[in-house]
Formats: sequence, C-alpha cells, structure tokens
Amino acid sequence: MQEFFQQLLNGLSLGSIYALIAVGYTMVYGIIQLINFAHGDVLMVGAYVGLGMALAGFGLVPSILVAMLVCAVLGVVLERVAYRPLRNASRLAALTSAIGASLFLEYGMMAVFSPRTRSYPVLLPDKIYNFYGIRIATKDFLILGTTLVLVVFLQYIVYRTKTGKAMRAVSFDKDAARLMGINVDSTIAVTFALGSALAAAAGVLIGIYFNAVYPLMGLMPGLKAFVAAVLGGIGNIPGAMVGGILLGMTEALVSGYGGSMFRDAVAFAILILILLVKPTGLLGTRVEEKV
Amino acid sequence: MKEKNWFQTLIIFIVLFAVYGVVQLGISENLISDYYQTNIFLAGINIILAATLNLINGFTGHLSLGHAGFMAVGAYTSVVVTMKLGYPFPLAVLAGMVFAAVVGFIIGLPTLRLRGDYLAIATLGFGEIIRVILVNVEYLGGATGILGIPRLVNWTWLFWGTVLTLVLIRNFVRSSHGRACLAIRENEIAAEMMGVNSTYYKVLAFVLGAAGAGFAGSLYAHYFYVIQPSKFSFLLSFDILVMVMVGGLGSLTGSCVGALLLTVLSALLQNFPEFRMVLYAVMLIISAIYRPQGLFGDKEISAQLLSRWGGIFRATSRSE
Repeated sequence: MQEFFQQLLNGLSLGSIYALIAVGYTMVYGIIQLINFAHGDVLMVGAYVGLGMALAGFGLVPSILVAMLVCAVLGVVLERVAYRPLRNASRLAALTSAIGASLFLEYGMMAVFSPRTRSYPVLLPDKIYNFYGIRIATKDFLILGTTLVLVVFLQYIVYRTKTGKAMRAVSFDKDAARLMGINVDSTIAVTFALGSALAAAAGVLIGIYFNAVYPLMGLMPGLKAFVAAVLGGIGNIPGAMVGGILLGMTEALVSGYGGSMFRDAVAFAILILILLVKPTGLLGTRVEEKV
Repeated sequence: MKEKNWFQTLIIFIVLFAVYGVVQLGISENLISDYYQTNIFLAGINIILAATLNLINGFTGHLSLGHAGFMAVGAYTSVVVTMKLGYPFPLAVLAGMVFAAVVGFIIGLPTLRLRGDYLAIATLGFGEIIRVILVNVEYLGGATGILGIPRLVNWTWLFWGTVLTLVLIRNFVRSSHGRACLAIRENEIAAEMMGVNSTYYKVLAFVLGAAGAGFAGSLYAHYFYVIQPSKFSFLLSFDILVMVMVGGLGSLTGSCVGALLLTVLSALLQNFPEFRMVLYAVMLIISAIYRPQGLFGDKEISAQLLSRWGGIFRATSRSE
C-alpha cells in the first residue's frame, strides 16, 4: 500500500509536468486547430536556457523566469514565421510546416550545442522528507509548487483579463471575434507566448527532475502531453491538467509495478483507447461538424 | 488512340528494360563501384518508401509520421522468417508486408475513424514505441540488432520490385478506390455525402501504405546485411516525408524525383548529419509555405506529357 502511494506521488510530480505542457498544446489547438509539433522543442530550448542561467550562477527562480521569457519570444517568432503564413492553407501544409519547425529546433540545437547530454548543477538542497513512509524529495515540492502557481496564474489570465476574454472569443469563432474588433493576430501570438512560457517552465522542471538536458528531450514529453490533452478533451484547459495528472499517475504505476519497459507505450495505448471509446476526451464537449 | 497507348506502353517497357539492363551489366561487370551500388539500392528503396507514403499523405491527405516504424516491422519480420525459421525469401517478403499491414490496421482504425490530426501523433508515437520494443526484445538482437543477414536481394529484385510498387499504386489511384481516396483528400464531408465510406478508404490506403513500407523494409534488410533499431528512428520517417513533400503530394513521378534528390543529398551530406536535418527542416517549412503541393504538385511526368512536349517541339521547329 505504501508502495502504491509512493508511485502515486511520483506520478503526481510527473503528471503535473505533463499538465503544464499539455495546457500549452491545448491552448494553441483550441485557438487555431493545429497541433503545434514544435511545442516539445520549445520545452527543450527552455531547458537549455534555464541550464545556461543556472551555470552562469543564477538561482532557480531567475532561471525559470528567464527561460519562460525567452521561450515566450521564441513561441511568437515561431508563430510568425512558420504558422501564420499557413493559417488559411491546407491542413497538411500547416502540419508539415509545424514538423519542419520542430526539426529545425531539434537539429539546430544539436548543431550548435552537440547532441551531448548535460545536467543541471545543484540548485536545490537534495533533501528527502519522510511522510508516513512515503518519501518526498525537495524537487517534488518544487514541481508541484511551480505547477500550482503557474496554473493559478493562467486561470487568472484566461478568465479574468481582457486578453483572456479575447483568447476565448477567438477560439470560439475567429471571424465573429474579428468583427467585434478583436485583433486576432495578436491574440494568437499571445496564446503562443503563454503556451511556450509554460512549456519552458516544464522544460526546466524536466531538466531538474531527470537531470538530463539534450536536444531531443522534448520529443517524448511533447508526445505524451499531447496524449494528455486528448485524454482531457483537446481545447479544454482544465481537461489538459486532469489528463496530464492521470497520465503521469498511470505511467508511474505501470513502471513501478515492473513494466518500466512499457512506460512509453502506456501513453499511446491510452491514446488509442480514448480515441476508440470517447474521442472527445474526458471533459471535452462534442463538436458538431460544420460544412 | 488505342494504338497510340499500345505504342507508349511498348516504349515504357523498352526504357525500363534498358535501364534495368544497363545497371545490371554495370554491376555484373564491376563497372559500378560499391559506393554507387549502395546508393542505387538506397534510391530504389527510398522510391518505394516515398511512393507508398504518398499514397497516405498525398492521395488520401492524412499525415503519417511512422513510415520508418512500418519499415522496421517489415524488416524484422522478414529477417525472422528467413534466418530464424528458415523459409525462402519470397515468403519472408510476404510475411513482412502482411505483418506491417496488420500493425497499420491496429493503429489506423481508431485514429482514422475521426477527423483531425490524430493519425500524425499516433504514428509518430508508434514509430518511437516500435524502436523501444526492438531495443528491449532479446530475441530480435536488442540494441545491436541482427547481424549477418544473407544478401538475398539483387538488382533484379529491387528494380522490378520498385516498378511493381509504382505500377500497383498508379493503378490503385486510377481505380474507383483511388478516386474515393482523392475525393476524401479534397473534401471529406462532400465525399461522404456522395456515399464514399471515408473511414474504409482512409484505413485501406493507410494499410496499403504500411504494407509497402514493410516491403521496402524486407528488401532493405536483405541487402544491407544488418538491421538495427536505431536505423528506423523517426529521422528516417522525416526523410521520407521530405521526399514526398518536395516531390509533390499526389504525384508518383514527383515521389521518385524527390527520393532520388534526397538520396543524393544524403550521400553528399553524410558527414554533417545535423546540418542535413536543419536543411531538410528549412526545406519543409519553405515548401509548405510557398509550394505546398511540392515541385510537381499532382502532375505526373507521363508518356503523354512527354509526347505533348515533343509535339510542341515539332510544331515550333516546323514553323521555323
């Protein structure tokens, strides 16, 4: 039983990272109906920026903040260069461009910084607290705390500010929003900036959690976060969080009970199952087809 | 008209036999060095991969990012059949294709039932999963892969295999099934209105494409002696995707040109793998923005087209 709760806690940490990434996916998907393939790679860039800051002697909080800022800018640039010219193009062209952007970040990074795996310097006292036999490390607190703060911040932006209102309006109906005087282009840019900033924070957290930073590190978390977003109902922010945490817990339980080889396969088994059983996701609403 | 078609077919056959014969002669007389031979075989396998991926991406309009995964399934299955079970090679090729098709069906059915881009993510994930599984299964050699595979593929196999694949895809696309796939690409809802069972045709095209990748995989395994899980990473899937995108979505001859182009490029940039991928990435983005239909669009270089060009040429020379 203790083991079970231990795995559940590990899953909660991992899952909240997935949730952070999934929220970015789901926001972008909600607003332009495009899978942002480069999302996982933005995460990787964030991890590198955070690593650079940490190596330069900055503490944890400035590292995360600078990584978020840099990636917010990166997200806007990506949107401008690779996505905006294709907004009215065919779906396949837009997806191809997104994949191109993803490859560009991965291999550009590899060309510049070599494929070598790097690790974070010690930013936190590595202490383990024992709580009724369940071991909680400082980094678990860090991950849960950061996620909580960011999620509350995001909720505030999306539901309490004018920008958030514009985002919701654009994702509801782009043309009607434009008629109401909303600047659709800048709203989409803000969405990318927010999503990318969250991904950057997740990148730093992943770098610390697994203690490994390398150019392809964003690939698997990115894919899994997409599964989490689909699990929760794509386009739905609370859904993405629920999906992320559920996915993290399932994965931790599977790898904790001897299936560590299949931990990466779990996410895709879940994806196929959810697409078969409830394609709209747990919290998603059914969308009627429009001709 | 009928006579002309017959004449064109004859010319195509003569050209094919000429190409086949010249290369065969070059190989048997050792006029073509090993380096060029390797690249010629790679080009052939790439053409099969690009053409079959084009069936999914170009003709049906759904993005698949796991072509290397299906190739791996075909390669490993065929090697198990020839090396571990000791059956003859044609049977192994068949087994590789069938197994790749079955895996394609398992992935394709749930994801293609829906609209949207689920196939892209599911296939990308599948490509990675298959690699992880291959690394972990001791029976299949783990991370070192399988070594010492007998070379059972010669130029005859490769050349006619490639030609057969292209002819089959061309005939499929021109059949009523192919028309249904094209209709789905152009407008899925309208196609359904016309009574096209869109799920059936999407899954059909996807499964056929997967089988084709399995075919390419079994040829690859039995030519290059060695298969390793790392060979079939998602990089290869992207390579194939770039071939299809550059050559033209929905153009088989475009896929051939794209595959040849990329084979040459890869050979030239062999020592700079990172820059090669950066270059491909830029090519993908630029082609998506400025020429989303690829170099050829859905045009084919056909005998008719060539004879029309010839006609223009004759007309201009006559007027002079």
